[in-house]
Amino acid sequence: MPDDIPPAAPATGSTPSAGAPSGAAASTAPAAPSAPAALELRDISKAFGQVIALRSGTLRLESGSIHALIGENGAGKSTLVKIIAGLYQRDAGEFLLGGESVDFRSTAESKAAGIAVIYQEPTLFPDLSVTENIFMGRQPLKGLRRIDRAAMREQALGLFQRLGVRIHPDRPARGLSIADQQIIEIAKAISLDARVLVMDEPTAALSGVEVDRLFAVARALRDEGRALLFISHRFDEVFALCDTVTVMRDGAYIATQPIAETDTAKLVRQMVGRDVAELFPKQEAVIGDELLRVEGLTSPLFADVDLSVRSGEIVGLAGLVGAGRSEVVRAVFGVDRYDSGTVTVEGRALAPHDPTAAMRAGLALVPEDRRAQGLVLGTTVARNLTMAIRSKLTKAGILTRAAENQAARVWASRLEVKSSALDAEVGTFSGGNQQKVVLAKWLATNPKVLIVDEPTRGIDVGTKSEVHRLLSELAGQGLGILMISSELPEVLGMADRVIVMREGRVTAELSRADANPESVMSAATGAGAAA
Amino acid sequence: MSAATTSFARRGVLGRLSALAAARETGIFLALVLVLVVTTAKSPSFLFSADGFRDLLLTPSTLVLIAVGQAIVIITRNVDLSVGSIIGLTAYLTGVLFKYNPGLPIPVVMLLAVLFGAGLGLVNGVLVSVAKVPSLVITLGTLYAYRGINVVWTGSNRINASDMPRDFLAIGTAKLWVLPVITLIAVVVLVIAALVLRSSRSGRELYAIGSDPDAAHLYGLKVGRRVLWAFVASGTLAGLAGVLYTARYGTVDSQAGYGLELQAVGAAVIGGVAIFGGSGSVGGAALGAVLLLTINRALPVLGIPDFWQGAVVGVLIIAAIILDRLLALRQARKLTVMEDSAA
Repeated sequence: MPDDIPPAAPATGSTPSAGAPSGAAASTAPAAPSAPAALELRDISKAFGQVIALRSGTLRLESGSIHALIGENGAGKSTLVKIIAGLYQRDAGEFLLGGESVDFRSTAESKAAGIAVIYQEPTLFPDLSVTENIFMGRQPLKGLRRIDRAAMREQALGLFQRLGVRIHPDRPARGLSIADQQIIEIAKAISLDARVLVMDEPTAALSGVEVDRLFAVARALRDEGRALLFISHRFDEVFALCDTVTVMRDGAYIATQPIAETDTAKLVRQMVGRDVAELFPKQEAVIGDELLRVEGLTSPLFADVDLSVRSGEIVGLAGLVGAGRSEVVRAVFGVDRYDSGTVTVEGRALAPHDPTAAMRAGLALVPEDRRAQGLVLGTTVARNLTMAIRSKLTKAGILTRAAENQAARVWASRLEVKSSALDAEVGTFSGGNQQKVVLAKWLATNPKVLIVDEPTRGIDVGTKSEVHRLLSELAGQGLGILMISSELPEVLGMADRVIVMREGRVTAELSRADANPESVMSAATGAGAAA
Repeated sequence: MSAATTSFARRGVLGRLSALAAARETGIFLALVLVLVVTTAKSPSFLFSADGFRDLLLTPSTLVLIAVGQAIVIITRNVDLSVGSIIGLTAYLTGVLFKYNPGLPIPVVMLLAVLFGAGLGLVNGVLVSVAKVPSLVITLGTLYAYRGINVVWTGSNRINASDMPRDFLAIGTAKLWVLPVITLIAVVVLVIAALVLRSSRSGRELYAIGSDPDAAHLYGLKVGRRVLWAFVASGTLAGLAGVLYTARYGTVDSQAGYGLELQAVGAAVIGGVAIFGGSGSVGGAALGAVLLLTINRALPVLGIPDFWQGAVVGVLIIAAIILDRLLALRQARKLTVMEDSAA
């Protein structure tokens, strides 16, 4: 495990050293000009119960400029956006709009103040016409406060013309492509005459032509003097479009710099340069025969995916959210269909789209959203633990509570699930204990290959290390483990081998020795040349 | 590009689109005409007699009122199952006020009963929007609770025509030219509701909320407040229906309005109000109410036994939903073709 971060070329004085407190980075913030910024956030913090989502959010948007905000998953970008939108309220810090302090209690208030936010998932009303979607709540009126439909339609046509798109003003929003939905959102923002326009990963689902169109619109808006905030994982887009870039990491501000004075290597370094000593390195295990082999797996969501897992090995599947990792494992396990490719377990081909066959062959999948997909929250620990082996426990079609409890007790003790009573409802458990119950449920099927999707998401640090220790032990016992994780330290600390995906394709396969924050992030973001 | 963009003419494509949107209302109307023609052919007095014509207009009037209220609620992706019980309570209140306070002017009594209905609707609305419990559950609860209160309050009593002023009961039979007054009241309510839903900002927000409640919240719409007012509207209209019920039938016991809530939901669905909210019109719901009750009256005339009536209503509701689905698919296909050919 490389504890030190290899310096990425070219090293610069403005980058804080790895693990330095965020305050040290303030030196790179632009010197305050005389005119107030269009929008300024200073040391904003936000916590949800025990979880601190944002430690010190700092951001300064200038009018007539496009500003990029980048950072790893979980760096606090989305929380920052939601505070700007008025969806969340900050715990501490300053929020200035045009130099004046503001306190938004709702999205309506931020909108009235001239802020438009375009979320990752456009939020349109599918049954209403695109025109109504644009003007909802602000429709032009005629006598008796009646909506002037003709005027509204004219204005919508004017907006579409300005944006250079052809969308029928009377068509319902249902069925619009993501790109067109975003255009509607932008039309909304323009009709609001928003001074500040925030776009949260707007290009994630767009094709090249659509991205070009979006950028043309963004530049036109900039030239009109609006301030734009552009959140993206794609470096090429950041460099092509933006004037300034702010990097966040672990809920804290790291640095702001003009785009001309930085490069991908520097940005990657700022994004990942963290203290990696907090990890829980995997125990050495004897790596044995190949258990799982996936070749050329292709579906509309991913293409040509090859991977393999050996006995005793932990394979990390890294990449950004939306890279298609969960989709791949769902296809491997037979939950989703795939178009071509093969999945073999211990040399035997697995029938596609048949989770029961996958379980019989020795695969187990612990899904990402344990609350929605892994657990039945309203029922007891015992019932959840034995859910995947019910048919084994059933005698003559009858499942007795005694049989359930007996099987469950074995697993609860092995995983140290803190539950004195197996009759307790799972929904009352902490995230960490819930995750252990899900793990136990699948381990009870006696799998050969365990696929875990984000095994420690939303779990506190203490339980996290327990989950890591558990996975490590299981590998030691000869299980093959395929672990999807968006947390770099987890991947680097646990995995014997790291497979990186980007936009539905495998972009790198790195041995433990070659895997470091830069090499993984470069492959995940497509900043290939920089690493 | 700009020339192409403006080529979406208001006529032509829009005309066809609005025709498609109107297809539902016209379809219901044609079905109604068909029922009338067939039944009248068999028995001319069904339409061409003073009683027949009066019944055609008068019978559905109460249901039209609550179907309009129901449509408003369903459009916000909620449902109000308590309207039958609200009719029961307000009808009985009307009778009691007349019986024990003979001095009260008729309009005051009517107003009090309608306000009582609004209050019962407010209870529904507060429970749904503040307690954030699905309206199906809340109003199922108030359906039984309101009816329970009604039974306790009424006991085996019964308000009779002799307990009420003649002028009030006259409303139930009065006519303006050939049109029953109760029908006129329903039509006025319908026109106002249609205007509000079609052409006011708050009316359009009801559609937005029903179309996607989460998006409405993100957009900054006052979802809770709008939904609350939708329930108040439904309760108010049920209260009005309760008053008119009393005026028309002259007797009220603890079972007045029993089961009307499902007829109201049925009428709205037949009339093209999507059960998951976001689309439909009060006009459609009103036509649905008229069609539903006219078919009920027509079946015996056509010699179809009583017990088939329920089944016919069921078939109608299912057919309406299938029709909706087909229309939606056709519209989607049309739009695709349109934008492709225009591109």
